[in-house]
Amino acid sequence: MTLVASRERRRTAPPRGTRRRSALRRRRAYTGALYAAPMAVIVGVLFVIPLGLMLWMSVNDWPLLGASSPNGLKNYKVLSDSLLTDAIWFTVKYTIVTTVVLSLISFGLALLVQEQRPGIGLFRSVFFLPAAVGLASASLLFYSLFVNDQSPLNSVARWLGLTHGTVDWLGTSNHALASVVGMITWRFAGFYMLILMTGLQAIDPQLFEAARTDGANRWQIMRSITLPLLRPSLALMLILSITGSLLAFDQFFILTGGRQHTATAVIAIYRQAFIRQDLGGAAAISVVVLAVLLIINGAQLFILRRER
Amino acid sequence: MAHTRTLGRQAGFYSTSTVLAVLFLFPMVWTLYSSVHGQQATNGADPDGYGLANYRRLFDYGAGIGSYLVNSVVVSLITVVVTVVLATFGGYAIARFDFPGKNVLFLVTLAILMVPYTTILIPLYVFLGWIHLQNSLLGLALVLAVFQLPFGLFMMRNSFESLPIELEESALIDGCTPTGALRRVLLRGVIPGLVTVALFAFLASWNEFVAPLIFLTDGSKFTLPVALFNLQSGNNNVVDFGALQSGVVIAAVPCVVIFLLLQRFYVRGFTSGAVKG
Repeated sequence: MTLVASRERRRTAPPRGTRRRSALRRRRAYTGALYAAPMAVIVGVLFVIPLGLMLWMSVNDWPLLGASSPNGLKNYKVLSDSLLTDAIWFTVKYTIVTTVVLSLISFGLALLVQEQRPGIGLFRSVFFLPAAVGLASASLLFYSLFVNDQSPLNSVARWLGLTHGTVDWLGTSNHALASVVGMITWRFAGFYMLILMTGLQAIDPQLFEAARTDGANRWQIMRSITLPLLRPSLALMLILSITGSLLAFDQFFILTGGRQHTATAVIAIYRQAFIRQDLGGAAAISVVVLAVLLIINGAQLFILRRER
Repeated sequence: MAHTRTLGRQAGFYSTSTVLAVLFLFPMVWTLYSSVHGQQATNGADPDGYGLANYRRLFDYGAGIGSYLVNSVVVSLITVVVTVVLATFGGYAIARFDFPGKNVLFLVTLAILMVPYTTILIPLYVFLGWIHLQNSLLGLALVLAVFQLPFGLFMMRNSFESLPIELEESALIDGCTPTGALRRVLLRGVIPGLVTVALFAFLASWNEFVAPLIFLTDGSKFTLPVALFNLQSGNNNVVDFGALQSGVVIAAVPCVVIFLLLQRFYVRGFTSGAVKG
């Protein structure tokens, strides 16, 4: 009763000091805004404005050089261009193959190195080390491996009985795809291994012990404990791998230049802008790629949220 | 019996891991080895000897590998400094202050993660032209910093939030201004987060390829990856593999060394659950 009364009183007649406190709060708000201002300006100028400009450019005739003028949705006609649809299908194929191969190998590596043993830190570092090398550098490194006559890769392939002569590692679309997937696996497996290992180590070891005493075999433990509890880490890996592969550029641009039908969506954007000199069309493709990625990421986040 | 089984398992683990380790190291070791070994490395003197001719040719390539290295260092330095400063002030503001627009700013900054920057490079290219930052290392570095901000802000906000509020309050009571509290008391507590943000920003900007490829038109302004790409794709299909491999070594060594030194900060970035790959 008294509590209600005092609350009523507070609402009608604020006690002294509130004004001082609100002045203080206003000053703190001012200070906070001041701290955040540089970031807000940079994000506004170099992210929000270009994002709006992208939409505007996509409905304008916008050559690389010279004046631009509105042209409605004409730029979006580029979507039916067979070179672009080729690139999109190739990107999807590449994304699926890469994600499957990478997930399996990274998961295997994570299982291999999750337990603490002597020397394990060294192995983890070695598996991760390629991820410290930049993607462009890695592509240039593998270019020498694939193309150079001095490369030991052909001898290795012969020794393994894969071929009798020499392999043209980047010569056909499928060869190039397989070679790039191999390179990407080398570059990223350790990175995803680390994500999955962090997830594996977060699982309570008592769960495994309890399952073992209950007589569960390895496969049952994997299916009903490890995989379900690893879901957040698996989801993070899938989001990163799918987004990264859909936006693939460096590896194909450097290794094949997009020839042999190995152009990706981002190579198509680059080609539209700087070879065909049509920035409007490039912006239109960008808008579509962005929309697709937002939908995919949104769907994945939605599924993640629901399962939590 | 059980003993031999675990022994067998141990042997299985170490042999599998060793084979895999050799596979993972092979491309790097081979590149390093063939950059200093063979006909090209010895200037044709000795097909089976060792020499630095590849590196010497590389140093004379284009505007000189030295100037590309300087460009890369400049871009990386600006990116790291801008990212760290903006993320620290922004993280402090969002963790400890209430101000209008705070949530919008946080969400918009995180939204950068959802918009992979390759899709807005074209409008950025035009926009940088308008503000005279096209073909400029500063413009390139600012764009790279923007795309490091979601991770940086997230990391720094968490770092500030994990510091006990009493630490700041006691500094304020002792007569510090918020800036004084930040500089004298709080900064020490967030240094691990700061190093993590700097490490990610460095690796990303040092290795960036597509943004400098598009933004930089003047050959003397190229960063190392773009210059090496020109070395690989120019010259009518005659590729100087020796020089290319020594270039890859020069580009990779700083990253490998810094990564090995700061490994634990890298892993910190993972466990905080926000990584842009």
